[in-house]
Amino acid sequence: MGYKAKFRVWRGEGGDGKLEDFTVEVNEGEVVLDVIHRLQATQAPDLAVRWNCKAGKCGSCSMEINGKPRLGCMTRMSTFEEADTITVTPMRTFPVIKDLVCDVSFNYQKAREIPSFTPPADVRPGEYRMQQIDVERSQEFRKCIECFMCNNVCHVIRDHEENKTNFAGPRFLMRIAELDMHPYDVADRKDAAQEEHGLGYCNITKCCTEVCPEHIKITDNALIPMKERVVDRKYDPLVWLGNKIFRR
Amino acid sequence: MERHEYDVVVIGAGGAGLRAAIEARQQGKRTAIICKSLFGKAHTVMAEGGAAAAMGNVNSDDNWMVHFRDTMRGGKFLNNWRMAELHAKEAPDRVWELEAWGALFDRTKDGKISQRNFGGHEYPRLAHVGDRTGLEMIRTLQQRVVALQQEDFAVHGDYEAYIKVFAECTVTRLLKDDGAISGAFAYWRETGKFIVFDAPAVVLATGGIGKSYVVTSNSWEYTGDGHALALLAGAQLINMEFIQFHPTGMVWPPSVRGILVTESVRGDGGVLRNSLGERFMFNYVPDVFKDKYATSEEEGDRWYTDQANNRRPPELLPRDEVARAINAEVKAGRGSPQGGVFLDVSSRLPAAEIIKRLPSMHHQFKELADVDITKEPMQVGPTCHYIMGGVEVDADTGAASVPGLFAAGEVSGGMHGSNRLGGNSLSDLLVFGRRAGAGASQYVDGLTRRPAVTGVEEAMAEAVAPLERGGGENPYELHHELQRTMNELVGIIRKAGEVGDALDVVEKLKERAHNTASTGGKIYNPGWHLALDLRNMLLVSECVAKAALIREESRGGHTRDDYPGMSPDWRRKLLVCSAPPDGSEVTVVEKEQPSMRDDLITLFDRGELSKYVTEDELAEYDAALAAKKRES
Ligand SMILES: Cc1cc2nc3c(=O)[nH]c(=O)nc-3n(C[C@H](O)[C@H](O)[C@H](O)COP(=O)(O)OP(=O)(O)OC[C@H]3O[C@@H](n4cnc5c(N)ncnc54)[C@H](O)[C@@H]3O)c2cc1C
Repeated sequence: MGYKAKFRVWRGEGGDGKLEDFTVEVNEGEVVLDVIHRLQATQAPDLAVRWNCKAGKCGSCSMEINGKPRLGCMTRMSTFEEADTITVTPMRTFPVIKDLVCDVSFNYQKAREIPSFTPPADVRPGEYRMQQIDVERSQEFRKCIECFMCNNVCHVIRDHEENKTNFAGPRFLMRIAELDMHPYDVADRKDAAQEEHGLGYCNITKCCTEVCPEHIKITDNALIPMKERVVDRKYDPLVWLGNKIFRR
Repeated sequence: MERHEYDVVVIGAGGAGLRAAIEARQQGKRTAIICKSLFGKAHTVMAEGGAAAAMGNVNSDDNWMVHFRDTMRGGKFLNNWRMAELHAKEAPDRVWELEAWGALFDRTKDGKISQRNFGGHEYPRLAHVGDRTGLEMIRTLQQRVVALQQEDFAVHGDYEAYIKVFAECTVTRLLKDDGAISGAFAYWRETGKFIVFDAPAVVLATGGIGKSYVVTSNSWEYTGDGHALALLAGAQLINMEFIQFHPTGMVWPPSVRGILVTESVRGDGGVLRNSLGERFMFNYVPDVFKDKYATSEEEGDRWYTDQANNRRPPELLPRDEVARAINAEVKAGRGSPQGGVFLDVSSRLPAAEIIKRLPSMHHQFKELADVDITKEPMQVGPTCHYIMGGVEVDADTGAASVPGLFAAGEVSGGMHGSNRLGGNSLSDLLVFGRRAGAGASQYVDGLTRRPAVTGVEEAMAEAVAPLERGGGENPYELHHELQRTMNELVGIIRKAGEVGDALDVVEKLKERAHNTASTGGKIYNPGWHLALDLRNMLLVSECVAKAALIREESRGGHTRDDYPGMSPDWRRKLLVCSAPPDGSEVTVVEKEQPSMRDDLITLFDRGELSKYVTEDELAEYDAALAAKKRES
């Protein structure tokens, strides 16, 4: 059932570039990344794209397909009509290095600004005891494959370069929530979430949740509860302390 | 040219590399981590089922001795027994340590780390998080690296004072001074610019070689770089003939052929059937395992709830057995419509339970193959998955024969013998990653002078060559030809004639690879990158094929159609590959494997051992046992 598809792919280095048209074979069961690979092998050997696992597990092949952030490896060609022209561009929020590859170092900087897991000093490896129900909240956030599409789509930084310094993006606000909900984390993260990492910028439009390929409920389960914790805290620090002790 | 000085350079940011780097930094060494992909994307991220460690959380009868025995059995006794011993003893501590660094494993009712069943493991032993254990592991190690960087920032005002990640940077040569390691030469993928690392110790943690095969669960990174770098630097590779074909890869659609279907599907009750609806694995239990596996479906089914009184179903035999069985069923015309066999969990567990235990499998089949695994069976077949062979190292320190060179993880050889048990890789990465990091640190402490970097000019000339040639071979085409050749001629079942043919093809491809040309510039140019990777894939394929031709027996991940039996004489022999610095020709020599230490060999019973070892070795065993009795 192979057919020829029309692709428009962003080509260029640094700030310069343009959409280039290709006609390329598509076979049964293929995904967009397969087609990009066929372009590399047959028409554009230096076409740059990141990828690794090809099974939606590593979060490398984030791109925008017809304007929507998607993983190239999980976007079936069968979701398009044969007559469609498929436009593939790099993620918009990050500077382009070449073709479909962006400079995502913003994300690694933000990751480093969030204080790490802080267990109590007196618990030794092997002594941790946690109930499944208590780890499940953080486990949901740890499903994150760091495709950075949530940060890419978040309008706080997508259209406002100037916010990048003060806003960690959904990915790393979720990381703060993950640590805050970890049964053994003793660090106080609420003030920093609000004041240093920009939780307050988020106005819960849920764009991040919609693009998450892992279907993590970023807004409902991480960002909103985190906002609530920050507010509670403002009223009564004892609530925070009580929560921490109670959760053990 | 960009140049950096470090004490220890770790090549690879998967589980083994990160654990090695963490250790080196914890021992106060200035450490670089180099990787081809972004930080956090290494192959380890794909591991699904879990990490094997005899913590005894689910069955308290488990302990390191049981794990050691299972590992040796799985590897058909060809394993480096010292590695298997260290691995079994240290794996629990390494897993617990991850928890103290923030990992959140699934739990037992009493709040401990839950453990699941896997092929070849006598008790539930795999620490896991659903079916995304590798992600949890890599993220935890990545976050541990960040935690150390934060500590360094607090003290030195620089996150990268003691540990720095060079991501999307590919090493193409190890540099030496007077026979010892003095650094590494690499290029940045982003810019194509070259970079020199000046360091007395290098830890290779580059993973595997699957990209020499068409049908594989491995990603583009698995081009055997570390194997080739070691060879070209004068180190030896062992066990290269042993490649694990995982029994269950996806077979349809063609574009996802080879992508892994985790063994947890079987561990959690999934059964294999042929087109006649038979649970065919009952017909494939080999003699050496006869008394350890169920003989009826009823017994196999009971085992899931009562392991004390039943034997495990044969779907959980070691991977080599299951892969050969599937291969045989398909060849006999009893395959599924798309050329595999059926793997069914839908009739065994309720839908909600499947989604909870195997979320990423459910997602993967739904998204990529339009199959709902809660309602219908999957179709699966063997896929090239893991290489048991690799750099020959000292078990305790990870040191290779070249001073200053260390290796850990999939790139090292010995630990898994002729066949790796599922779950034993993730634990291997942690145990031997840590040991290699420590070994490299100690080595550096013992040096009286820093070796000097040499050979940069040659390394640079080699790397730019494909870009400078006006016209030449298309690297993509050479790669496809190599993949097809290895898949068809040095695959799961091997014959002398076919392996010989493969060697001829590899020889010709090596010639052609000297003449590849890559169009485009140096900036993020995949065609150029592939041209450079080809050298490594070809060299490694030559090792695999040559060793496969010499080993005239069938064992674990090496099946010879013309020598179907396992031979006790061959068990004692390792095949050792080496090559000159230009990689022109791989030489393979036989080497005798040292006898197992008395206290380890006497952990087995005589009946079992007699199926594997020679009469002479049995006599040694009898003497060891008698001595043990006298002592007690
Ligand atoms: C789909 C799948 C599922 C698996 N599931 C399990 C499981 O459940 N349990 C288990 O125990 N095992 C499992 N395995 C096996 C296990 O995941 C691997 O063996 C293991 O992760 C290898 O880890 P590593 O640290 O040796 O290398 P990797 O994690 O592969 O890392 C290799 C690193 O080396 C870098 N590198 C390579 N070449 C170069 C170069 N030239 N220059 C610079 N950097 C380089 C790469 O960029 C990468 O960072 C699975 C494997 C696959 C493919």
